[in-house]
Amino acid sequence: MVASTDPELNPQAFTSALLASAGNDSCELLQMLHALQLQFNHIPQASISQLSEALSLSETYIRSVIGFYTFLHETPRGEYDILFSDSITDHMLGSRLLLSDLCDKLGVERGVPRKDGRVTVDTTSCTGLCDQGPAILVNGRVLTRLDAHKIQNIALLIENCTPLDEWPSDFFRIENNIRQSNLLLSHNQCNGEAVQKCIDNGADKLLEEIDDSGLRGRGGAGFKTALKWKFCKEAHNGGTNDRVVVCNADEGEPGTFKDRVLLDSQADNVFEGMTLCAGIIGARQGFLYLRGEYLYLKPQLEAVLAKRRDKGLLGKNILGKHGFDFDIEIHMGAGAYICGEESSLIESLEGKRGVPRKRPPFPVTHGYLQKPTVVNNVETYLAAACIAASGSEWFRSVGTEESSGTKLLSICGDCEHPGIYEVPFGTSIQQILDACGASDVQAVQVAGAAGMTIPPEEFERSIAFEDVPTAGSFMVFNNERNLLDMVQNFAHFFVHESCGFCTPCRVGGALMKDLVDKLTDGKAGRYDTDEMRNIGLLMKSTSHCGLGTTAPNCVLDMLDKFPYIVEEKLAHHASYEPAFDLDEALQEARDISHRNDSRAHIRTDT
Amino acid sequence: MAEKLKVATCSLCGCFGCHMSFLDIDERILDLIKVVEFDRTPITDIKHISHCDIGIIEGGVANAENVEVLREFRENCDILIALGACAVNGGIPAMRNSFELKECLEEAYIDGVGVHTKMIPTDPEIPMLLNKVHPIHEVVKVDYFLPGCPPSGDAIWTFLTELIEGKPISFPYTQIHYD
Repeated sequence: MVASTDPELNPQAFTSALLASAGNDSCELLQMLHALQLQFNHIPQASISQLSEALSLSETYIRSVIGFYTFLHETPRGEYDILFSDSITDHMLGSRLLLSDLCDKLGVERGVPRKDGRVTVDTTSCTGLCDQGPAILVNGRVLTRLDAHKIQNIALLIENCTPLDEWPSDFFRIENNIRQSNLLLSHNQCNGEAVQKCIDNGADKLLEEIDDSGLRGRGGAGFKTALKWKFCKEAHNGGTNDRVVVCNADEGEPGTFKDRVLLDSQADNVFEGMTLCAGIIGARQGFLYLRGEYLYLKPQLEAVLAKRRDKGLLGKNILGKHGFDFDIEIHMGAGAYICGEESSLIESLEGKRGVPRKRPPFPVTHGYLQKPTVVNNVETYLAAACIAASGSEWFRSVGTEESSGTKLLSICGDCEHPGIYEVPFGTSIQQILDACGASDVQAVQVAGAAGMTIPPEEFERSIAFEDVPTAGSFMVFNNERNLLDMVQNFAHFFVHESCGFCTPCRVGGALMKDLVDKLTDGKAGRYDTDEMRNIGLLMKSTSHCGLGTTAPNCVLDMLDKFPYIVEEKLAHHASYEPAFDLDEALQEARDISHRNDSRAHIRTDT
Repeated sequence: MAEKLKVATCSLCGCFGCHMSFLDIDERILDLIKVVEFDRTPITDIKHISHCDIGIIEGGVANAENVEVLREFRENCDILIALGACAVNGGIPAMRNSFELKECLEEAYIDGVGVHTKMIPTDPEIPMLLNKVHPIHEVVKVDYFLPGCPPSGDAIWTFLTELIEGKPISFPYTQIHYD
């Protein structure tokens, strides 16, 4: 067989082209792997060798990067690579039934490519379409609101080898579902107004304006934005003046989808905010780190960037100011929740495995390639642009003393109107539930899997950094739901998403998952629930990063605030029961030895 | 003199290395038997346990007999201790867990080098193997875990004396680091 010379089909030629356009820069490794995966349904061995040679990295190292990211594979996936969003809210909308239905129709086992290589069907962590699920990704493209009828059609389209571009366009329809707007969502799109103010009034004045507004990071931690920018501006490590602005659009927290909507409808303001930050701290380089699940947004975002370059809002001498040079590059993630943590995100931007760094030093002094770097959430940059344009007073006009302005919430689960709600800080959970049409509510999970489970007696608490902080996830569960399903979903999520670097998270998370599964099976006793608490507290106090310290939250909240869920499931008849069936564990030996005497069994009724 | 504490020990799926290490307490065993009386152990050769204050288990759970003995210990001991890597984690025997049981038996009795009478034993006297080897806490509740392969005689001594004296158990660093 003669190898094709068409670079579209020939891995070697394709890889060479990638290397050439990346200038053999190892920081581009992840981006190149991502492109290879999309092109060939896997990363071909020949490409790994080629990358290894050109970038002077060992093949094992490149394999370790591939192994880290869920969307990268060394063996071919199906021509149609289907991933069901595995968020609890997708489950609640019936995704698991649809998944097994599609597997049956296609004659494919979950996670294993079909023999003819046509298709794989698998799951992935929350895809950020919880308000219009169940959702799937097919070769990186998003399909929403699945039902049995659509599944039937999808199976047919795949059997007929219909190209994705010819699938019914309404399958791919994504709605923004903006239900409630306030300051930010009703603000006009900035086309240089904020940046112009920075040029006219000076960086220090603008930094003061943002400080006066009280703006705090919207990623959940709530660090004062002006302070972060100031630290970065004043950082002088090794005399470098090369600073970096990074926008964290790795929106992976289950149940969060507000950044998707902002990037779709307010991209100008987000980029304006990044440019403003560059003007203030003196950065030349900017990145938007976009989660792999949002690949479909990339072309339109590139178009916005191109338009802004045309208008002189990006590039050299921005708005005619000599020496104000700044541009933004979009980097894709590849399915790793941990990359939402800022130091993992920076590692990933450098083309590496997304393992969190030790802190300090913090990114503001030693970030991307050890340069002073500001990493902020999409919503934070957007808010900063609006503040620069409309003033700190305007921003402070809503919210609370400690949490000024508004918060975008992505609401999903058991409510009549799931979608995006921009609410003033200080709004109570009950007010939000009323607004989204939720009744008979058993619990609200605020801030995603890593957040807090709020019972009805706490519904008067409010969304604010000083009370219930959140990056935006707000999942509603009514009284018909079994909350243990949610806890189990989260426990499995954290095992999948742990980067594996530190033992408390890697091992603790797995032990926690086993105990939650045991409880779900009705086999857990008091001893096991005590163990859950011990492991949870150990994870919280000793994990390397925020993933490990927040992973046990949902289990601990269940034990503390929802004891009835545990009581219902406890095995009261025994002080301790194994998680597995002992007699069943002898079946293999019975089959091999053809024995069935009394000693070939273990009594399980103790 | 106060009544002596009763102690039982056994090795399930282990190599008896932890018991050998236990004997490394050397002459201190004379001090020990001033305060404890051994019930079922390989030293006394008593076959069935009676009620004890402390039960010490070496080895993981690999077959039906291990389950039976372990349950007997749990029922009869106030405090049950997992001693050593196999009891705590499954240890070396658990390395078979990445294979099917059938593959393991075929390797040992059929395909192995130098095997003459090729057959998998089926004698009812032989305990039935579980499909996987388990640490003991996956089968019964365990009160204390003493890791090590094996834990040193000194570590076992520290552990037992502090337990018997009713103190919180803490080891000098040298007794619990393994590199």
